[in-house]
Order: sequence, then structure tokens, then C-alpha cells
Amino acid sequence: MRFMLLMIPRGYANAAPDTMPDAAAVARMMAYNRELQQAGVLLGLDGLHPPSTGARVSFDHDRPTVTDGPFAEAKEALGGYWMLDVASRDEAIEWARRCPAGPDEVIEVRRVQEMADFPEDVQAAATGLEDMQKTAATPPDPSSR
Amino acid sequence: MSATDDTHRRIEAVWRIEAPRLIAGLARMLRDFGLAEEMAQDALVTALETWPTSGVPERPGAWLMTTAKRRAIDRLRRDTLAARKHVQLGYELTLLQHADGDDVERDDGIGDDLLRLVFTACHPVLSADARVALTLRVLGGLSTAEIARAFLVSEATIAQRIVRAKRTLAEKQVPFELPRGAELAPRLASVLEVVYLIFNEGYAATAGTDWMRPALCAQALRLGRILASLAPYEPEVYGLLALMELQASRFPARTNVHGEPVLLAAQDRARWDAGRIRRGLAALARAEALGGAEGPYALQAALAACHARAGCYAATDWSRIAALYARLTRVAPSPVVELNRAVAVAMVEGAQAGLSVLDALVDEPRLADYHLLPSVRGELLIRLGRDDEARAAFEQAAALTANARERALLTQRAAACARRPS
Repeated sequence: MRFMLLMIPRGYANAAPDTMPDAAAVARMMAYNRELQQAGVLLGLDGLHPPSTGARVSFDHDRPTVTDGPFAEAKEALGGYWMLDVASRDEAIEWARRCPAGPDEVIEVRRVQEMADFPEDVQAAATGLEDMQKTAATPPDPSSR
Repeated sequence: MSATDDTHRRIEAVWRIEAPRLIAGLARMLRDFGLAEEMAQDALVTALETWPTSGVPERPGAWLMTTAKRRAIDRLRRDTLAARKHVQLGYELTLLQHADGDDVERDDGIGDDLLRLVFTACHPVLSADARVALTLRVLGGLSTAEIARAFLVSEATIAQRIVRAKRTLAEKQVPFELPRGAELAPRLASVLEVVYLIFNEGYAATAGTDWMRPALCAQALRLGRILASLAPYEPEVYGLLALMELQASRFPARTNVHGEPVLLAAQDRARWDAGRIRRGLAALARAEALGGAEGPYALQAALAACHARAGCYAATDWSRIAALYARLTRVAPSPVVELNRAVAVAMVEGAQAGLSVLDALVDEPRLADYHLLPSVRGELLIRLGRDDEARAAFEQAAALTANARERALLTQRAAACARRPS
């Protein structure tokens, strides 16, 4: 089953646009990533630029409103994620515990929804979802035909 | 749920993560795979006894390693014959105790240790069954009971298989080393075979009522990814990984709501797992980029990719499939591959042409008990309007399969032939 480990670095909500992790922290994180890889559980990972370079499109009113970051009301912001394929929720949590994160950081562990998790009517409404992902995922094979 | 249950679930998770690195590290230090595995198990038992009351230590992996090493030292002290190993172990222990737990540095060596572990557990001196059990145990962190459940045999059988395997490794003095030079290719083939056996056991249960056991497939995929991270220059590792991902992508569509099998042609492709297809195609591209397009696993993955790329069954590129099977026959000749080629040829050139390929296989002794031969024959005969022969073929196929659900499906096919007006 797939789990996402969502890294929420404290203070990232208001971090300066040019905020970059330092090399030592990245080296520590790479060792951790390598552990995930060598355990065969790592499916993907990405880091995000701080919210101050992003924008929010909110739907509070009758039309969408765009606000540039940073967002005064936000206390937490996502810094990145790992996508893991593990045998249990416990294993996902155990991996999160091993992350060489700093004292101000939080990792949220969340299970990824699979089509089979949905009731029949939701599955029916979502018909074509996998197809959309697939179209994006599978360029035509140049060697065929 | 009690606190003890919570701790036990956590220990299980810790073990899955730590077991391979623990055993690999110990085996390098002790130069003895069997002893390493035993000491690691001892450490696990100690954890199960003490952690529920003492709490899980802050660094459970380091705790397990220290405990296992202490056990090993005790054991070796009692064993005077191992005097030299004892000295070596004492040296290694001092070295490790004084090493300043730098994770980056620690990480580099462990990759080779894990690879040694894979190659040892999958050593060709062991039977396929023994290799599978040992690999699931030391690399998958599965308990004897879990392995037994997955393979529908008794726990005692698996336990005995593992004990015997460790004894064989000791008797044959298999070193805990990486294979080099000319030795590498056959040793790697042995590893890949084990991983694919595990996958297939989960993919199509050979006995019993379960059509598939997804947990075993997940385990095999995990092993495949471990190999890809440890041997990123080996194209066939990616070929196998691609093959497994692409086949597993069909899981959600392989059974209907009643748990009955749905054949490829009738599967709802919207239910195929797009993430797996994406990962499978990426792994296949990697295998081909590494120059491995003609590898047996890469070719099988390329075949699976043909189906993954076809939006519907009718859009399947059968001529490419027939060509890929012909290439596969060259690198890995097998009557089963010919059987599959017959299906593809039938799709391109018609049922009669396919049947001609099949007819060449009728006397093949290796297919005498293979239910898919009469099953495919039945399908082609129906298309040629030869219903009576088709029914006989389906009945023969039903009698040969050990899978209850497949048998039900084939019996239905036979009955349908009987009902058709001719």
C-alpha cells in the first residue's frame, strides 16, 4: 500500500523566496533517501519551493481570488514529500521516524487512496481517471508499427 | 488494542526495515551467513521479550545490532574452534564501537553487504524452494509462519527448508562475497529467477482457491526495487522490474466482484493501475537504454508493455507481439513461449495459422501437464467452428489445472461449446 510522507518544515510558511537547504542537511537527507531506495520502498520524492514564491487561488467568494505568497494566515506549509510502497501503516510511520529531520520539522503520514478504496458509485463517477493518468504516462511507442 | 499489541506491530515494522541490513552487517562481520541469521533472530526474540515493558529504543536498528553482536560473541567464546573468527569479531566490534555513527559513511558499505546477502540467499547450490524461503526471510523480513501461509505449506516445512538451506551454504563453504567476472551472470540469473518465482506465486496461485496473493507480488516488487538500487547497471534487473510492474498493473481488473478471474480480452482497462504502468514503462526504457533490449525479462516486459499501451483489446499490436515472441524464442527457447507466439500468430494471420504453430507442440513432453495448451487450442478450435474438438480441449484443460477458479472457468467454456448450435 502506498503512503505519502509529507514534510512540513516549521517556519517554511514564511520562508524567504530564496530559501535553500544547506548542503549538510541535503547530504543527511540523501543518506536517508538511499536507505529508502535500498529497502525497495521508495516510489518517488520531490521538494517544493517556499510558499512565498507560490500563489493561492481561493474560492471563498463567487469568483476565484488569487493571492501571492507568503500567506499570512498559514501556519504550516509543505516542504516536500516521499511516496512509499510499504506493507503497513506501522511501517510507513517507522520510516518517518527514521528521517533525519530537524527539531522544527513535522512529517505527516497519509495513506494514498486507491480506486478499490472507493464505494461503487464513486468508482463509477471516477471512471476514466486511471485512463487520464495513463494517457499522460504512456507516449506512443516509436518502435511499434 | 493493548499497548503490547501496539509494540508488537511496531516491532514487526522495525523488523521488516532492519532485518536485511542487520543480517547483512552481521554476515560480513562473522563471515557466516547461517550464524548471522540465527543471531539476528535471537536479537528479534529479545526485542519481543523486552520492548513491550522497556519501550522501543530510540535507535531500534542499533539496539538490534548490538544485541545480536553480543550474542555472537557469547556464542563464539563458547566455540573454541572459532578462535580466529573470535579475534576478527572482537576487532570488528571495537572498530564499530569507536566509529562515530556517521550515517552517510555507514550507508556506503551497507549497499555491498545487502548485495552479498541477496547473492548468498539466492546461491545456485540451493534448490529454488530454499532460495525463495531464505530470500523472503532475510530480505523480506517475513516470519516462517508468514512464508508458510503464502505458499500454503506448513510452518514446519518452511522452518526445515531454511535450516537445511543454511546448512548447505555452510557445507559448501559458500563465501559471503560478491560474484565476480564470469560468475556474475549465472549468479544474477539465479537471483532474478527467485524474485520472479515469488512474484508468480502471488500473481497466479498454483494451488488453492486464491486467484492471486497480492502481498507476495508486493514483496517481489520490493525485492526488484532493492536490486535496482544495488545493481543499477544491470539491464535485466530493470527488465524484471518492468515486467512485474506491468503485470501487477492489471490486478484491479483481473477479478470481477465475485472474485472470479477476468481474462485479458475482457478486462476493463480503465481499472489498470496507471502508476504501475508508468513505473513499468520507465523501468523498461532503462533496461533498453542499458543495452538490454534482448534480455529475456526485458522482452517479456516489452510484451506486457504492448498490452499496457493498447487502449482497448482490439487495438493490441499483435504483429509486434508475434515478433517479440520470436525474439524471445531466440534468447530463451521454451515451448511456453511458442504457445504464446501461437496466440499472437492466430491474431495476426488467423486461427488456422495459430493452430499450426500449436500443433507442433502437441507432442512436447514439457507441456504434457500444462493446462494452457489445451485451453488455447480450445479457443482456436471454437473460432474455426470445430466445437466438439474445442469442448474436448477445454475439458482436458480443466482436468489439468490445480487452480479451482480457473477450473470453474474452463468447465464453463466446455459447457458453452456443448450448448452452441452447430
